[in-house]
Amino acid sequence: MTEPFEPKITAFVCNWCTYAGADLTGTSRIKYQSNVRVLRLPCTGRIDFMLLAKAFARGADGIIISGCHPNDCHYTSGNYHARRRWMIYRNLMDFMGIDTQRITFSWVSAAEGAKWAELVNEVTTGIRAMGPYAEYKELANAGVE
Amino acid sequence: MADTYQLSSASLDLLFAALAADGRRILAPTDRDGRSELNPVSSPAQVARDYVQTALSAKETVFPKVEQLLSYTLKPGEVDLADAVPKARPTVLFGIRPCEASAFAALDAVFNWDTRDAFFNARLEQLAVIGMGCTRRDDACFCTSVGGGPGSTKGSDILLTPMAGGYLAEVLTDKGRAIQALAPDAFQPADGAGKAALLADVPAAFDQPALTAKLPALFDSPLWAEQALRCVGCGACAFVCPTCVCFDIQEEADKAGGRRLRAWDSCGYHMFTLHASGHNPRETQGARWRQRVYHKFSYYPERYGKLGCVGCGKCTRACPVDMNLQEHLVEASQVNP
Amino acid sequence: MDLREKAKQLLESGEVKAVLGFEPGTHGTRRPAFARSAARSEKLTFDGEQNLASYVTRKEVKRLGRVALAAKPDTLRALLQLMAERQIKEQDVLPLIEDGAGQVSELAGAEAIEQHLALSPKELKPEDRALLDRLGKMTRQERWDFWQGELARCVKCYACRSSCPMCYCEHCTMDCNRPQWVPVPSHALGNLEYHMTRAMHLAGRCVECGDCGRACPVGIPVHLLTFNAEESVHAQFGQRAGASSKLDYALSTFRPDDKETFIR
Repeated sequence: MTEPFEPKITAFVCNWCTYAGADLTGTSRIKYQSNVRVLRLPCTGRIDFMLLAKAFARGADGIIISGCHPNDCHYTSGNYHARRRWMIYRNLMDFMGIDTQRITFSWVSAAEGAKWAELVNEVTTGIRAMGPYAEYKELANAGVE
Repeated sequence: MADTYQLSSASLDLLFAALAADGRRILAPTDRDGRSELNPVSSPAQVARDYVQTALSAKETVFPKVEQLLSYTLKPGEVDLADAVPKARPTVLFGIRPCEASAFAALDAVFNWDTRDAFFNARLEQLAVIGMGCTRRDDACFCTSVGGGPGSTKGSDILLTPMAGGYLAEVLTDKGRAIQALAPDAFQPADGAGKAALLADVPAAFDQPALTAKLPALFDSPLWAEQALRCVGCGACAFVCPTCVCFDIQEEADKAGGRRLRAWDSCGYHMFTLHASGHNPRETQGARWRQRVYHKFSYYPERYGKLGCVGCGKCTRACPVDMNLQEHLVEASQVNP
Repeated sequence: MDLREKAKQLLESGEVKAVLGFEPGTHGTRRPAFARSAARSEKLTFDGEQNLASYVTRKEVKRLGRVALAAKPDTLRALLQLMAERQIKEQDVLPLIEDGAGQVSELAGAEAIEQHLALSPKELKPEDRALLDRLGKMTRQERWDFWQGELARCVKCYACRSSCPMCYCEHCTMDCNRPQWVPVPSHALGNLEYHMTRAMHLAGRCVECGDCGRACPVGIPVHLLTFNAEESVHAQFGQRAGASSKLDYALSTFRPDDKETFIR
């Protein structure tokens, strides 16, 4: 008997806002689905677009990227640079046929424990309905004799 | 010992059907957006009609662009190693040119030199070649300058030459005879007397033995740097070349396990001979270009007794800046050391 | 005077050490040509497609000294972008342009180049326009299938990278192996990640010359990927590669009010 599909969601979050916000979710005892694997970075500005590609290549069915709201970046402007990067990369991914509905970008501050839970729940439920990102996973073994 | 037959266009269908029934995959040049490329085909109708050469070469059948050599899984204290077994399917290469057919011997020289390469051999063993003589050539071809020709039988198991109503068929090897035996009615007796008249005219462009003899004296010539000025240092020439064999071995692994892959590499890349110390014996594009020429026309003959070039011209056609090998060799033949 | 005469003049006076233009190649094609002496200038023409700016950052060419080059608008844009990125100095290169009557003139200095370019609007080739329209009408799944089909032919020869004037990095990210960001072999993942990375590294820098697509020996329209990134930058941020010799790189600048629709 096969187990029902449980999506793997990789979350790239900044240390100062979203990670702290997720901590608050926990200390507030707000429950949320446990499919998310959180990767902590100092700032969303550090997120190289290749990290997102690698997450899919390594088996993620969905990705969350989250950081400080514009104007609130701990390093002043990291999130502005990140935003620009995401705007370009998202278009390129869509152009190449990558499923951008599986990627969610958000601003979650250190005070938004509830928002984090809501976000993760929504994304997880959505990805579960979409199913595994099979066509990307198939790439891992394709093209090798 | 070649036996000569006639194959009608209609009986080619018979032959294809017989090959498929025998469980063989047929790869042939097919048309695509003005280019021709090797693809699996099931009927002669799918084979490209009016082509000179495919862009990539047939070496992919015995030396794929990416090949798994082994894989392993890791558990604490344990390594579970699995040798990759080549998925060598019985394959017939149909319609490749005599130059490409003769290239397999050059690949064999390297892959069976001091160690017998199991992957190459497993694929070669399962491969049969039905070559197609050339009734057309283009400006990049120079097979006759390097010991080949539009009707050369080297490397083919059966060589077809197009003629009115069908093909002249020379059955050349045991593999060729085995194919003939699958559809004996397709092969009607014929005499090959008219073959030469059917073939394209490819006058020799330079004296290769003389050039090979001259190359050692030209090593320090400024010619190579001059010729290489427009070379951009990509790997297109090496990758499309049917005799180029340089490869890289890459490991793709993580804590759970991994695989080791062999992939094509090119001596044209600036990092090809970069040492860990930072020293690069071929630091300039001129030195790398010289290496390409010498490897094919000097070191190969010296080491293996054969040339590393079959004059197919694919490198010239693939090059983004038209490094025409024939032209460069003619120039080298004429320059004073 | 035409390019031949101009080249002779420049070489004989010693103003430049080489003139880059084009000459006839195999099968009626045109290819880059280097003239280092008046004698070798005989065959030089403006007739060719490759973006000669890709040569000015190569060390073998830099070692020659100051060079003049036959410049189309894309070449000029690339030169400006290279100046902006501090890869060449204004005085290292002498762009030559040709008017409708075949008369050649010099464009000395960044300002002259900028002024000349202001009169040359960028245009998409009809076949590229057609393919982009076709892709625009496809569903996401169809676009995935299209690109996977195209990229399956890729052998990672890097002809695209090597012919690009903006890909001048001596140690490209593909060459980095600690860590190995992008797999070297030309399997499905290696191909996808390479082309995605190159397109992103060209975003805001691509002058849309299309050399990469032309260079591909197996005919993959890779230039459409870099065009997408570049057009994305222009549409969303208003910045363009090759507009000025002063750096205005979209991905190292920002506006607090950059507008997007997808961040929650």
